[in-house]
Amino acid sequence: MSLREKVFEFFKKKETVLSGGGAKAVEKQISMGKLTARDRITKLLDPGSFHEYDMFVEHKCKDFGMENKQLPGDGVVTGTGTISGHPVCIYAQDFTVAGGSLGYMHARKITKIMDHAMKLGVPIIGINDSGGARIQEGVNSLAGYGEIFYRNTLASGVIPQISVILGPCAGGAVYSPALTDFVFVVDKISKMFITGPEVIKTVLGEEISMEELGGAKIQCEISGNAHFFAESEEECFQQIKKLVTFIPWNNRKKADTFPPKPPKFQYDIEKIIPESPREPYDIRDVIRAVSDDSDFFEIYERWASNLVIGFSRVRGETVGIVANQPFVLAGVLDVDSSDKAARFIRFCDAFNIPLITFVDLPGYLPGVDQEYAGVIRHGAKVLYAYSEAVVPKITIILRKAYGGGYIAMCSRHLGADFVFAWPTAEIAVMGPEGAANIIFKKEIESSSNPEETRKAKVKEYTDKFANPYIAAANGYIDAIISPRETRDYLIHALSVASRKVEERPQKKHGIPPF
Amino acid sequence: MNDEFKDLFVDGSNYKTKLTRKFGLRKIKPEVDDPKIIKAFIPGLIKAVYVKEGDSVRRGDKLLVLEAMKMENQILSATKGTVKKINVEAGKVVVKGEILLEIE
Repeated sequence: MSLREKVFEFFKKKETVLSGGGAKAVEKQISMGKLTARDRITKLLDPGSFHEYDMFVEHKCKDFGMENKQLPGDGVVTGTGTISGHPVCIYAQDFTVAGGSLGYMHARKITKIMDHAMKLGVPIIGINDSGGARIQEGVNSLAGYGEIFYRNTLASGVIPQISVILGPCAGGAVYSPALTDFVFVVDKISKMFITGPEVIKTVLGEEISMEELGGAKIQCEISGNAHFFAESEEECFQQIKKLVTFIPWNNRKKADTFPPKPPKFQYDIEKIIPESPREPYDIRDVIRAVSDDSDFFEIYERWASNLVIGFSRVRGETVGIVANQPFVLAGVLDVDSSDKAARFIRFCDAFNIPLITFVDLPGYLPGVDQEYAGVIRHGAKVLYAYSEAVVPKITIILRKAYGGGYIAMCSRHLGADFVFAWPTAEIAVMGPEGAANIIFKKEIESSSNPEETRKAKVKEYTDKFANPYIAAANGYIDAIISPRETRDYLIHALSVASRKVEERPQKKHGIPPF
Repeated sequence: MNDEFKDLFVDGSNYKTKLTRKFGLRKIKPEVDDPKIIKAFIPGLIKAVYVKEGDSVRRGDKLLVLEAMKMENQILSATKGTVKKINVEAGKVVVKGEILLEIE
């Protein structure tokens, strides 16, 4: 055979693989509003940058008639490419091939590209669209899942790991995304659950649709399993492309710097917070008022939104933001917001991203449901994550910083490098009403006019303690600053802390309360 | 704009704020099981009823058998008392949470 004939033969073989599960299966995939695995990859990566590997991998299953079946690429597409010039390793399950079911060779392709990502020190992106384990392969299929989870764990904190759920992802399969750093879902396309609606109906007699049980909205608003919600696959890819610009390739690098831009004019920092400490405002306006180009990339926008987390840049450098949101549940800490904050703080610490914390919270959410759900052990995660973090930690107290909430939100006592407070800050054990009711209980009760006395005592407490000066007198805050100075102080603090080194005792690893 | 803000009470102070869907879904006070009210913990079929109204029972006495998921679950009394009311008989299909029997 001549070279030409061999090349021709190769092209024919390649064409068969590239056609995936065949025209009919592809048509069905598209009719569900989904793209094919290769289209997804090419839409997400820089044009022309995708290079596919392991195209001719074949399964080895000899049971249940599988020996006569050819599964192109064994139902998964793997390779390397770039996003805005950043190198990435990527895999996408191909639902048109045997429902994207995970057999042993399918899993081997995934673990191989994961190992590759670790060696190269680049992010790994996994696009999930699979009916689950390939039942014909039995325990070999389970082995495949396990080996993926093991690598997810080893890669955690070394390279960024991104999961994109673009189809079903059920049973054991959900645990790979759950171990990764960021999970993206798309409305009406993504479905995640451990036990499906059928099982729930048989066992509990409760009827629930797939969408209501584990659709994109549920994962983003209720369970917190997914970080980013999109209306379409296209929007989802835009979100991933943006995320990649904020994070470094691996834990030995810093995120890319961008040309500095001033915040946009419309965010006037002095006009955001209302006079009364009990009136709400949108904390994201404060974040935008100090961020380059007022660009704040929020993570977990819909879940536990009483606390806001995300990335922005200050003078071109990526920073991780953690902030109480007075707009929602008065900005309290609770079970979900503690989990949300703690995991994000650990991500930033692992990937050399300085942390900026904005504080305005009345404390923890009271309630039987919170206590029963373990707000104590969940809340402890925030203390752990902040204390453990060695990246530059800058805290700005805007208004209320009461009680345990004050300590938890990256106080000086948990090792903050810089703590600044606005003149509106109130750093105290609790709000004036609660404090006055306790301290002056007898005087209020024995007074001829308890309501008047109570008001007078609340005012007395407010005048004396609802300010930043007592904390400043103890050196717990470094400077009281006017709101307009906030960005300058941040720029300065980030620049003087840019080579910060903080040693921690040698240990295999800590034991955080998770 | 202003009516979307509700009151939230934290440590003696009232705050104007938005509430979340999950906050709305929370159980104010989780139910505590009353040992005197026997409910179906799983949907299934009553296979047998061992007691009748007016019988006195001791802790650990067999009350009934509930078959579900091909398992015969023996329902025992968790308390001492008299059977006040029996709502089921053998052969009845019950849903989850249905009150099967009451003891006083």
